[in-house]
Amino acid sequence: MRRLLGFNLLTGIVLGIVGWYVGWYVAHSIVGPSIDYFGDIDYNELSVVLAYLGGVIGFLIGLGFLNYPFARLRGYPPSLREKETGGWGRYFSLCTDHKVVGIQYLVGIGVFFLIGGINAMLIRIELLSPSHQTFPAGTYLTLVGLHGTMMMGMMSSAILGPFGNYLIPILIGARRMAFPRIEALTFWLLMAGGVILETTVFFGGFPTGWTGYEPLNTQGNPGMDCYLIFFALVGISMTLLGLNMIATIVTMRAPGLTWTRLPIFVWGILSTSVLMVLAAPVLIATLGMALLDRTAQTSFFIPSAGGSNYLYENLFWVFGHPEVYILALPGFAIVLELLPVFARKPLWGYRLAISGLLGVSLLSWFVWQHHLFVSGINGDLRPFYMLSTELISIPTGFTFLCGMMTLWRGKIRYTVPMLFCLAWFFNFLIGGLSGVFLSDVPSDVTTHGSFFSMAHFHYTIMGGLIFTFFAGIYYWVPKMTGFQLNETMGKIHFWWMFIAFNATFAPLFAAGFLGQPRRVVTYPADLTFINQWVSVSAFILGAAQLFFVFNLVYSLVFKRIPAEANPWESKSIEWQLPSPVPVYNFSKIPVFSSDPYGYGEPARPVAVPASSPAGRD
Amino acid sequence: MRARTWKLVGTIVVVAAIGVLVGFYVSKLTKEAGSPTYTVPVKTVNGKPVVDLTIQTVAAVGPTLSPAHPDYVSYLIRNTQGKWVRETVWHLPAHATVHVTIYNFDGASGLRNAYLARPQGTDGNTYTVDGKTLNVISPDDASHTFAVPAYGLIVALPGVADDAKNQCGYAPCSMSNAHRTIQFTFHTGNAGHFRWQCFVPCAAGWLYGFGGPMQTIGYMDGFLNVA
Amino acid sequence: MSETTPQPQPGPNHARRVIVAWIVLSVIATPLVAIFVGPNIPPGNGSDQASQQTIDNTVMAAVITPVVCLLLVFFVYALWQFRKPRGGELTDGPPLRNQSTVQLAWVSITSVIVLFLAGFGTYELLQNGAGGGQGPSPIAVPSGTKLQVQVIAQQWEFTYRYPSYGGVETSQLVIPADTLIEFHVTSLDAVHSFWAYQLGIKADANPGADNVAFLKTKGPRTFSVHCAELCGLWHGYMFSQGKVVSSSDFASWIQQQKQLFASVAKYMPPYAHTYYPDPQRRAG
Repeated sequence: MRRLLGFNLLTGIVLGIVGWYVGWYVAHSIVGPSIDYFGDIDYNELSVVLAYLGGVIGFLIGLGFLNYPFARLRGYPPSLREKETGGWGRYFSLCTDHKVVGIQYLVGIGVFFLIGGINAMLIRIELLSPSHQTFPAGTYLTLVGLHGTMMMGMMSSAILGPFGNYLIPILIGARRMAFPRIEALTFWLLMAGGVILETTVFFGGFPTGWTGYEPLNTQGNPGMDCYLIFFALVGISMTLLGLNMIATIVTMRAPGLTWTRLPIFVWGILSTSVLMVLAAPVLIATLGMALLDRTAQTSFFIPSAGGSNYLYENLFWVFGHPEVYILALPGFAIVLELLPVFARKPLWGYRLAISGLLGVSLLSWFVWQHHLFVSGINGDLRPFYMLSTELISIPTGFTFLCGMMTLWRGKIRYTVPMLFCLAWFFNFLIGGLSGVFLSDVPSDVTTHGSFFSMAHFHYTIMGGLIFTFFAGIYYWVPKMTGFQLNETMGKIHFWWMFIAFNATFAPLFAAGFLGQPRRVVTYPADLTFINQWVSVSAFILGAAQLFFVFNLVYSLVFKRIPAEANPWESKSIEWQLPSPVPVYNFSKIPVFSSDPYGYGEPARPVAVPASSPAGRD
Repeated sequence: MRARTWKLVGTIVVVAAIGVLVGFYVSKLTKEAGSPTYTVPVKTVNGKPVVDLTIQTVAAVGPTLSPAHPDYVSYLIRNTQGKWVRETVWHLPAHATVHVTIYNFDGASGLRNAYLARPQGTDGNTYTVDGKTLNVISPDDASHTFAVPAYGLIVALPGVADDAKNQCGYAPCSMSNAHRTIQFTFHTGNAGHFRWQCFVPCAAGWLYGFGGPMQTIGYMDGFLNVA
Repeated sequence: MSETTPQPQPGPNHARRVIVAWIVLSVIATPLVAIFVGPNIPPGNGSDQASQQTIDNTVMAAVITPVVCLLLVFFVYALWQFRKPRGGELTDGPPLRNQSTVQLAWVSITSVIVLFLAGFGTYELLQNGAGGGQGPSPIAVPSGTKLQVQVIAQQWEFTYRYPSYGGVETSQLVIPADTLIEFHVTSLDAVHSFWAYQLGIKADANPGADNVAFLKTKGPRTFSVHCAELCGLWHGYMFSQGKVVSSSDFASWIQQQKQLFASVAKYMPPYAHTYYPDPQRRAG
């Protein structure tokens, strides 16, 4: 009971609601219940925005994020909170233990992933028939937007949030992240944003899809503000998350851990974090301008009043393209990290892999106009962006080469994490090659804005990132929780998901080539069979995720079979610690002497001392 | 054993709660921004189906017909009981002759594209306004449009003058309020699912006048379900 | 023989097996793809631009086939050959960390493929724009007299204006066969996209901007026009059928349209590449 009275999620929600009303009241004081120039609409646009902002601020105050700054202002010395050593209350409040934040992220993102998935199922129900309307056409557009926006916003942090936060300090031999409170902030901002996004259904939804193109954006109902605020919160969360990762990796590596001994997973997180820190602020600025257009009658993006919709498109995609590499790079990192363990060979071409990751990061800034090939950009630009986009497949290919050569002459074990990593190769190959088609301007003329590009990004993002997300879950959850996940159920989940995923998205390439545009509620009658096949496969794919949740509950709530400290026999340092990892990670900071890929070489530990005596074994 | 029972109970409760939430969500979405279907009564004249549609277009639909959006502009249709209802999805017979009478109680906002000021897709590409047969109106006089693009049907509805007496406030409007009467005839073809919409930017307060009610089925948009 | 090599390789030469299998498979598959699959990749041959795109797709598919074959052969071979034997202890594989010849070969070959595709695509693009919108000042302009057709996108219908016929506006797109057409695509409100699928034309319609795309029609046919950029409620229903007809049919059609248009001609703004129409009804 005492716990309930502290600063935690409950007080956060209560103060969030209070903040909502404060924001609404302030807006009404500024502009009155209905503004003359809004004419006859029922909502005061500014009040929706300020109410949500007030709600977020109240929520954060209620969680206790202002406590430490105020304490410092009053002269208290710098300190970290006492890490509670146990209790599930930590997971529902501001906790500075990076491992708790990692698990919070895993569950929080998991929940919103399932919500986004439900929206996807509803979309496919609508597309079962070209003539029957299950959802009114405007609501359908909101569903499309909700699915895309929720997934893009949440899954950008899908690997860095749970696995980055949990593992980076351990992998570099540290006891914490550089900025533990900011780490917690990134998580709670994301959760607040997710709730705000779903409430758009109470404000009329939004008609633009996840890209929020102007001027349709300004034309939207107040539900559009939910999208703008959600994505702005995601942007802030991503910037701070990336910042935290960079600071930690650069400054807090243990002695002996030189750059060339760093696990490839850490390199992947680092290159992703650089993209996050540089790209997300562009998004925040763009959405801020869109909010001003909607509330303060500016016209950044309204052509008839001097603005330009091209400005929005370019700003959005300057963020948007690095964003998709933010989604893809962690997948590369996980695959390259796990393959050595399950092939029992060192990572082949370590430096080539790093140049692949960094090369993708760098080149991702030079390709964004391939989203705008037919939008009326200056014709001179198109050959350049075609070249740069084609070139980015070269560093992407490095990941393939390093992975393939790691398998070469190895001793491959087909565990569940390994299956997901191998599926990555299949999916990302298809995704990447379809990207080659899309990067070619003549081919793009037909496939832009069609289901072909939808299939492309689902293969790269879902087939790439989400499959590796599951690989990471099956691989690291025994370390994080100390309990095994059922291997047989894991294999069933994998095959169920892999087959259903390909059955769902492969036909969409055909649908796009046959002329079905994106985000449409109806389609030509001759495409009915394809759409019905895809919908049924999608339902099967959704059921696979429910089966996964069943496995989680079964293994972690009911069976609770303790996991060994190193079930995968990995040489990486996190597996030399007990499961779950004790609160302070290491009793003594380790000294590193090699990278974790010494398979087939004379045995030597990655770091000494390599384990903490405290905790379960 | 006791711990396990509690876990089982807890899991079932959580799953049931999630199911209820998802159920509410889906049911809200299926009703949100939609419209029930109104089946238009069919007469048979010389062996061919004929229907009459009597429609009202209003400046503000009012709290009785729309508690959520009393200030939205809207179409209303007169049902078989003679009541004006806000239903914009109409079930019509195939290969039928459709006689449409529209009473417009709203003022003019003007067409964005003047090309749409000429009636198209009606019998003779003309219509009658307050008894006079016209083949074009001034685009600035247009208040709303009834258009079924799949049929090539576009009919611009002229508006009530700004200084007219006894203008209608909230719907449903009565014939004693200032109004214009527009009549035309068109024909349905094969069975299918056809959208209709307004083309006049009449949603005051939204950018380009095309937001809000202009993008909501049940107000300024609907379907013809022809079967 | 094996005593003289620095790294004794007991067992079969895996690399040679994979490379031979790959070459055989590629030599069989690539021509099959180029001849049978490629030409059937949409959008078909409804216009010069559509044919260009189909050729481009065929070339890409043919170039990509050996890449797919390599990965297919590699994975099928490696996942079978190098699996850990059932039962027995977990032992490590050989500590192979690098081989610069392999790296060099991979980087060079992938670079060549990528640069070739970029070059070929640019070549196709610069002929006449390959059917895509090139903005107000196109650089890939086919030579010859062009029939100008303006595509006006609005929420939620396309209308078409013919400036060389007195600015007549129509609801259906009808164009003459064997003619070079210059589309000027613009919008009156939100961003739309004019996609004439069988003709291989796609150009975004931006408010206040002109987007030019070129088309050379072939024989008479119908084609579908879809909106390819989310523009609001009826985006999914913003489609219609257009027609390519013989020149004489086109002449009589356009005369008929001019007669119908006469009544509303006096209210129309003069033909221009962009329009900022009244009323605007901003949110303030």
